[in-house]
Amino acid sequence: MREPTREQGLAIYRMMQLIRRFEERVAECFAGGEIPGFIHLAVGQEAAPAAVCALLGPDDLVGATHRGHGQCLAKGAPPDRVMAELFGRATGACRGKGGSMHLCDMAHGVLGTNGVVGASLPIAVGTALASRVRGSGQVTAAFFGDGAANTGAAHEALNLASVWELPVVFVCENNLYAEFTPQSVHTKGGVIAERARGYGMRGLRVDGNDVPAVFAAAAEAVELARGGRGPTLIEAMTYRFRGHHEGDPMAYRQKAELEEWRAKDAIPRFRAWLGDRGWLAEAEAARLEAEVQAEVDAATEFARQSPWPAPEAALEDVYA
Amino acid sequence: MPEIRYVKAIADAIAEEMARDERVILLGEDVGAPGGTFGATRGLQQQFGAERVRDTPISETAIVGAAIGAAVNGLRPIVEIMFMDFIGTCWDQVVNQMAKMRYMFGGQVRLPLVLRTHTGAGLNAGPQHSGSLEAWAVHVPGLKVVMPSTPADVKGLLKSAIRDDNPVIVVENKTLYAMKGEVPAGEHLVPIGRAEVRREGKDVTVVALSRMVHEALKAAELLSKDGISAEVLDPRTLSPLDRDALLASLAKTGRLVIAHEAWGPCGFGAEIAAIAAEGAFRSLRAPVKRVTAPFTPVPFSPPMEKFWLPDAGKIAAAVREVCG
Repeated sequence: MREPTREQGLAIYRMMQLIRRFEERVAECFAGGEIPGFIHLAVGQEAAPAAVCALLGPDDLVGATHRGHGQCLAKGAPPDRVMAELFGRATGACRGKGGSMHLCDMAHGVLGTNGVVGASLPIAVGTALASRVRGSGQVTAAFFGDGAANTGAAHEALNLASVWELPVVFVCENNLYAEFTPQSVHTKGGVIAERARGYGMRGLRVDGNDVPAVFAAAAEAVELARGGRGPTLIEAMTYRFRGHHEGDPMAYRQKAELEEWRAKDAIPRFRAWLGDRGWLAEAEAARLEAEVQAEVDAATEFARQSPWPAPEAALEDVYA
Repeated sequence: MPEIRYVKAIADAIAEEMARDERVILLGEDVGAPGGTFGATRGLQQQFGAERVRDTPISETAIVGAAIGAAVNGLRPIVEIMFMDFIGTCWDQVVNQMAKMRYMFGGQVRLPLVLRTHTGAGLNAGPQHSGSLEAWAVHVPGLKVVMPSTPADVKGLLKSAIRDDNPVIVVENKTLYAMKGEVPAGEHLVPIGRAEVRREGKDVTVVALSRMVHEALKAAELLSKDGISAEVLDPRTLSPLDRDALLASLAKTGRLVIAHEAWGPCGFGAEIAAIAAEGAFRSLRAPVKRVTAPFTPVPFSPPMEKFWLPDAGKIAAAVREVCG
């Protein structure tokens, strides 16, 4: 079982902190009316994107979900450009055309968050197909949720990736809810990873709030994919601490459940893991957290100070 | 000039482009070893190998999505949807992903991909295998849509589509696959966005799509015996439309009949009529007339299907009405 090295562990921890602080700031700015539209936050789900993306190189690709800010940041999208996009500014990663649910940074291998649940999986299969035909050696990580697992697009994509033995790592972040609907209502059978057997691919369920467990599963999956041995389906059990979208009153879940999962929060758990190894002393952790906070502050200021797009820029970028 | 069939012109176009550019790949149900349900991709897998010419599962969403992803990551895929009637199964990938991706990502990506499909009644294929749904695609920004009516045009437009850096929907017509026609030897490209006057005339402009071009030409021949001179205009590309060619023809004739196999309401003819009303109102000397299929699904039984389809007689009758 592969474990993160000290360097990898610290980078993963820093990324988890960055995602958490970034998302909390987005919540504040949304509540304050600075961010328009709809926002889906990944607070509580930092482990999978941080651990999986730590195993990917700059040329590898990530397909993200509507809850995808964390996946974008983890793949290397600059926080200031991401924040500016959420603010709808001209300096945003997509020049204000996409916003939270259509957020792309091709220069860093982010294939886009996607406003249509399940739709990113077939596209990830396609990038992997191109990697294979071109012999580029790239791996594509396709993130999706337990809700997306029930779309036809997911089924078709999993089968096709397996038939063609493509270099894809499917990462199902199972947060127990498809929007407002609990898994007991939307999925019979429970274990999504078990479907992998039906597609003829490897599948495993891991504790998605346990960074070393996610890392070990993803390390093997990435290695197999890169070695031409086809896709893997990883189901990472996790939980979102906030609503489906900002403003969701969360009437559908019990306080006790939330508390139970707060106790399993991946960030303090991984901090303890690093601490046990003597890799992250108190002072070092405080320094790192201050650094991340400053980065989020700078990203927010960048977004605030950035100009709005010219209205008529709405007419650009339809055709190449 | 050599005479070849429409279906062979498709295979030739793909083969030439695959030989020219190794980034071109082909995906679709039965396109590889079987060579396509109508033979349009025959021999391509033997020539270019199973890595580049891929038979797929019956998973339209996955294969269109795969073409999108492949285009984003450096290939120039051609994906086939076997009948345009099936496009509803992957419409999200076409409309929300393929068409919007460049725009919503602020111009970061190019999508050089071709989606080939076909429409058309006349083979008794019934309600789910005969429809003409081209207007659905024309309605969506981010897509280009071509509808070639001859072997030369299908070859030239398909080659241009493969070289285009945008998604192009190539709408073929299954009843034209067996048609023979002259195709220029050697490199033959037809530019996207340019209409063609198939027959010159001065009394009326008949705008016809796909197979209806040939019905319109028959109608024009019939009408010439009655002293009516009909101009037949084939838009060839529906999006972006060659508005100038339409307006120039209307300036000359002052009358407009539109013929297509698709349904009338919000069909492509409605768009042509609107452009005429906006851009050629003062040239028009008679009300515009549309010849379309009735507003029903395509019936299966031969006498009903024949009754249902627009044809030269119906086009000629419409022309006589506006020229009366």
